[in-house]
Amino acid sequence: MSEFRMPSLGADMEAGTLVEWLVKPGDAVKRGDVVAVVETQKGAIEIEVFEDGLFEKTLVEIGQKVPVGTPLALIGHQGEPETPVPEPPPAPPSPVKPEIPAPAPEAPQPIPAPPQPPSEIPPSPTEVPPAPPPEAGAAHIRISPAARRLAEQSGLDIARIAGSGPEGAIVLADIAARIGKRVETPQVPEPAAGERAAPLSGMRAAIAAAMAHANRDIPHYYLSHTMDLSAAEAFVAARNAGKEPQDRLLVGALFVKAVALAARKYPEFNGHHVDGAFEHSPVVHVGVAINIRGTGLVAPAIHNADQLDLDTLMAAMRDLVTRVRAGRFRSSEISDPTITISSLGERGVDTLFGVIYPPQVAIVGFGTPALRPWAVDGMIGARRTVTITLSGDHRVSDGHRGALFLGAIAGNLEKPEAL
Amino acid sequence: MSNTDMAAALAEELHRIAPDVALEDIDRGGDLREEYDIDSMDFLNLVTALAKRFGIPIPEADYDRLSSFDAAVAYLTQKAG
Repeated sequence: MSEFRMPSLGADMEAGTLVEWLVKPGDAVKRGDVVAVVETQKGAIEIEVFEDGLFEKTLVEIGQKVPVGTPLALIGHQGEPETPVPEPPPAPPSPVKPEIPAPAPEAPQPIPAPPQPPSEIPPSPTEVPPAPPPEAGAAHIRISPAARRLAEQSGLDIARIAGSGPEGAIVLADIAARIGKRVETPQVPEPAAGERAAPLSGMRAAIAAAMAHANRDIPHYYLSHTMDLSAAEAFVAARNAGKEPQDRLLVGALFVKAVALAARKYPEFNGHHVDGAFEHSPVVHVGVAINIRGTGLVAPAIHNADQLDLDTLMAAMRDLVTRVRAGRFRSSEISDPTITISSLGERGVDTLFGVIYPPQVAIVGFGTPALRPWAVDGMIGARRTVTITLSGDHRVSDGHRGALFLGAIAGNLEKPEAL
Repeated sequence: MSNTDMAAALAEELHRIAPDVALEDIDRGGDLREEYDIDSMDFLNLVTALAKRFGIPIPEADYDRLSSFDAAVAYLTQKAG
């Protein structure tokens, strides 16, 4: 018998709210199965189980908010009696993923974890207690994280709301419309602004906590390198010619692969800095910063990105972006990136210097590719170029190695056929 | 399909991707991706959806013709109309 605990999904996470069980007592579970959904400041996250066994019983009620490390359920193992008589002494609460521990003791949090920010939603005119949480085992309700949060803050039962989003998903507008109806006499001015601003606060607070931690503890250094993107773009254009849209590549997939391969070659940029020491990661899980409309930013991982061919990598990115925007990603994806990429895409500015997401030690930024003057063979010509940046952790690496790492990324993109 | 029907169909597909942006609020002649704040992945998903919906190929070479809402309506009407 072992305990399935509330996992830590980042150094800044202190607690999570159990939203849904996706298995019921008596179900067999396998390592990697998604068994529960937990609401965190990052949104609703699917939690995976880390061992094979029998899902015995739940220990936490739906809707309960519990600290990281709290046992959520009991997992039984083959050969064990159904109800073991002596419970093993409760182990000291240790984080489920040891590589992401609570902040080191010598680094006390000067920024207290933000309390639940006051809702700017006008309270409903009558004191309505929060709706009871959806029952365990209820059919999965598709709802965006922003909508879920707003519904929670307004005490709406999402099971009773018809969604207007893709595949019937409940979107922010559905909840806002409900609230608009309920609040006939707004008690707070600017209700429109409030409706929009309130759902931002949770994820914004999570980002603020992580970035404050990063800027306090990580001595960043920054490097920038501009390169000719013609070869990579020509490669993508040739690959996509005649392909159906769903089979096309984006240059962004090449960026991820180029960084993943370089990270394998330069291990001091790939891993976690924990308890005063850097642990190089033998695998490359590339976090990809994904903008969630009206909510914020998360950077879940594409696992083993260095091992994936471009088509598989592209499919993984599409799948990840789709799930993140629908408000569903998995605990392993959010907790274990070993390096992060932030790319501004085609509509942005020239250069982006990222803030390292602790406990990682590097973030690579891609500015917006654009046609710029470029010297080729002694002549000035117009080329599509991109500016790649590295924000590195001086506790682990120096600008010299950082320059080689950035150069390796550029080199990979100059030979896209090898990606 | 008339221009009006095509505009409605395009607006519907855009709404799936950017539910927070209303057609009334955008500049129909402005940059489509900026008006709807959609990135390259969103845009690829839009192209995928439109190609399926109308059963037309939309090669990358034609992306420039989807530069604004009005341009996209004209392009789709010509290809699928």
